[in-house]
Amino acid sequence: MAVSHVESHGAESALAHHFDNMEQQREAGSIGMWVFLVQEIMFFGALFLAYAIFRAKYPAAFAAASNHLDIKLGAVNTVVLIVSSLTMALAVYYAQTGVRRLQVLFLTITLLLGLTFLGIKAVEYQEKYVDNLIPGSLIPGHPFNPNLEEFRLPPEASVKNVEMFYWIYFAMTGLHALHMIIGVAILAYLIWKAWRGRYTPEYHAPVEISGLYWHFVDIVWIFLFPLLYLLGRHFGGGH
Amino acid sequence: METTAATTIDPVEQPPRVNYLNREYGIKSWLLTKDHKRIALLYLGSVTLFFLLGGIYAMLIRLELLTPQGDLFQSHTYNKVFTQHGILMVFFFLIPAIPAVLGNFLVPMMIGAKDLAFPRINLLSWYIYVIGGIFTLWALVSGGVDTGWTFYTPFSTTYSNSFVILAGVGIFITGFSSILTGLNFIVTIHTMRAPGMTWFRMPLFLWSHYATSLIMILGTPVIAITVLLLAFERLAHVGIFDPTYGGDPILFQHLFWFYSHPAVYIMILPSMGVVSELVANFSRKNIFGYTFVAFSSIAIAVFGFLVWGHHMFVSGQSVYAGMVFSFLSFAVAIPSAIKVFNWTATLYKGSISYDTPMLYALAFIGLFLIGGMTGLFLAALGLDVHLTDTYFIVAHFHYVMVGGTLMGYLGGLHYWWPKITGRMYPEGWARFAALVIFVGFNLTFFPQFVAGYMGMPRRYHVYAPEFQVLNVMSTAGASILGVGMLIPMIYFIWSMRYGRIAAANPWRLPGLEWRTPSPPPTENFEVTPVVTWEAYEFAPPETTKVVGKVERDDKPDLPAALPT
Amino acid sequence: MSEHIVSKKVYFVIFGALMVGTALTVLAAFQDLDHFFAGANTVLALTIAVIKATLVVLYFMHVRYSSRLTWVIVAAGIFWLAIMFVLTISDYLTRPNGLTPPG
Repeated sequence: MAVSHVESHGAESALAHHFDNMEQQREAGSIGMWVFLVQEIMFFGALFLAYAIFRAKYPAAFAAASNHLDIKLGAVNTVVLIVSSLTMALAVYYAQTGVRRLQVLFLTITLLLGLTFLGIKAVEYQEKYVDNLIPGSLIPGHPFNPNLEEFRLPPEASVKNVEMFYWIYFAMTGLHALHMIIGVAILAYLIWKAWRGRYTPEYHAPVEISGLYWHFVDIVWIFLFPLLYLLGRHFGGGH
Repeated sequence: METTAATTIDPVEQPPRVNYLNREYGIKSWLLTKDHKRIALLYLGSVTLFFLLGGIYAMLIRLELLTPQGDLFQSHTYNKVFTQHGILMVFFFLIPAIPAVLGNFLVPMMIGAKDLAFPRINLLSWYIYVIGGIFTLWALVSGGVDTGWTFYTPFSTTYSNSFVILAGVGIFITGFSSILTGLNFIVTIHTMRAPGMTWFRMPLFLWSHYATSLIMILGTPVIAITVLLLAFERLAHVGIFDPTYGGDPILFQHLFWFYSHPAVYIMILPSMGVVSELVANFSRKNIFGYTFVAFSSIAIAVFGFLVWGHHMFVSGQSVYAGMVFSFLSFAVAIPSAIKVFNWTATLYKGSISYDTPMLYALAFIGLFLIGGMTGLFLAALGLDVHLTDTYFIVAHFHYVMVGGTLMGYLGGLHYWWPKITGRMYPEGWARFAALVIFVGFNLTFFPQFVAGYMGMPRRYHVYAPEFQVLNVMSTAGASILGVGMLIPMIYFIWSMRYGRIAAANPWRLPGLEWRTPSPPPTENFEVTPVVTWEAYEFAPPETTKVVGKVERDDKPDLPAALPT
Repeated sequence: MSEHIVSKKVYFVIFGALMVGTALTVLAAFQDLDHFFAGANTVLALTIAVIKATLVVLYFMHVRYSSRLTWVIVAAGIFWLAIMFVLTISDYLTRPNGLTPPG
């Protein structure tokens, strides 16, 4: 276990007073983030469960509704996030190897990609708003009112079930987007600190554990994309 | 300060002038503290407040049920009363109490650390708890919630006219307090144990809090999402839980109980951890079957996630799923039984002292036994069909939650009070209060088993006249119980000013937390201790000095030390 | 625990694999695979997604080079998710109407 000696490194010691050494602190931070991510798995998992059950009950309605989503924007967003995971991993790499300029560069690119994702999401949401696809009467004056010709609903699918799809779509992508926003905020903080030279090969745990969070948010989207956007395409649907 | 390997108990000299309580004064030093001990006290205050509020609602329920007619409240008001009693007690008292008060205080001390892994997150968890509490109280004063603490749909989503969303938001927020506490405990126990403190040298209190933290992390996010879905459903009326629109109310129940059943293990496991400490220490004997007790905590945490459908036997869930859940519910009783057997074996031939903490521990064992066994009745599918939604259920869960969790909480508070405050509580009054609580509790809830078995339904403010005698007994018991609970509140507060000053190790015990002054300094240990002894080592075989021997004329000499 | 620095080459290879996986998912989505067995499209999509997620977890999140404790934590998370899914869906599958859609 932890050995009781104090490590100091330069003018600004990153060792918190209640830890015995940096290794203990680093391990605690890493395990803490992983435990938090496990909690996030259960958090999103419950929504995936609701999705699974309703999709199994109403496959036709879900397929028709899914086909109405913009697959191009969804696919672009998927690529954006995968690239951002790469750049995040590279940012961690340059933090580990102590290259300040490239740390900052890749953290910044990751942040910009995250903002791109959110921007595209905003465009998608705006399209839904215009098409009256926001469920219920959440937006006063714009109740759920899809253009049924566009949807080409098969006879066994009801509009109510289409509304359920959009309900789950907004709940899942909305929660995901919220996590992206938090990730972007964290990145902004990291960029500021990295610019000031805070992260060195000896101390870069915040970059690493933020990377874990970012990759997790990417993984959620890796599942969301096929389940929400692609489920009905083989029925010959299209936007 | 004791830092050597010896297991002798040398009392620490006069407590240093500076301890965690008097090191800094002023409200900012409390509200912005990072000291786990101060945060534990912040929780103590807020948890007690919610307990009192929940208790007031309990009194209102018992007052109404004195008579078969609904004379005190109308039915929709009564619905609010029992709902709010449930919400306040479950989410704001039973789930946080032991982990956030005793756990926060003791986990770092028991493993020889200066604080938890993430002190600022610890403080944040308290603030989150308070904010969640404020939202819930806001719902209460705005007009209340009437759905039952279980929020079943479609009543809660479609038909209830009460402040469901507001209460739901409060619960959603408070859930994160629980998650952060659990996260802190898990990381602390994994990474900050003192040198020499292997997993199997940890006190069982730590094992039970570790298991509790697993449940907090894995279960709480699901209730958070469930409450969120409930709130959105109320706003959007899409119908995911409404059968009229093709939704499924059972899905809500699955998601709700996936957390809420393990939640009851969040409530009981820490209490069991306390009882393990009390039973071993007040028998001055190593706990019997340490490994079994340790692993049974983990087993309860794991198995506890597999049984939630036993709350849904009559809901419309499939019979086959019901059978699976019934079988698994029988299985989950086994680790709990293992604990009870091991506690009993520990007591056997121990040198038992009937101090107040031990009285509460003994009460726990008996009352939890009854509560647990009646749970087995309910796990049987056929019996549950008859007993569900009757007062039998109410009696069952109060036996485990009050007879179980609350007894452990009170026992632990008394046991560690000298460490926390540096003062002793008055033993005479404490024993008296324990007796009053025990009598009052049984008088309140035992008649409810009978009434429920005879068919009295729960959540009704009227009942058939033949149940009145039982209800009067129950209300009388509740009054006694209420008085009994007030007594410790009074003398604990009294003791902080006038109580006898406590030594560092007033009970003369081997635990690591007793090797610091009472109250401890802010950093707990000036030097990280090196642990070379087992958790409940009462008499090392090689030294002649009999450790922990109580100087009493009427007690025979202790037998030679039991092998650890 | 000493830190293992994953090389940039590995990152780029994994990135390539993820892009290939994405392209595959999209292409496969437009093929009707249901004549193999019902739900084949979904199974394929989920399989690709699981592979992509595994690559991210193992390499981008360094789990391949992490302590056993980290592995256990990740496995526990997945296991608990599985519990929630399996037991809940078992209720729906064993109901008289099962999960088959109405009509």
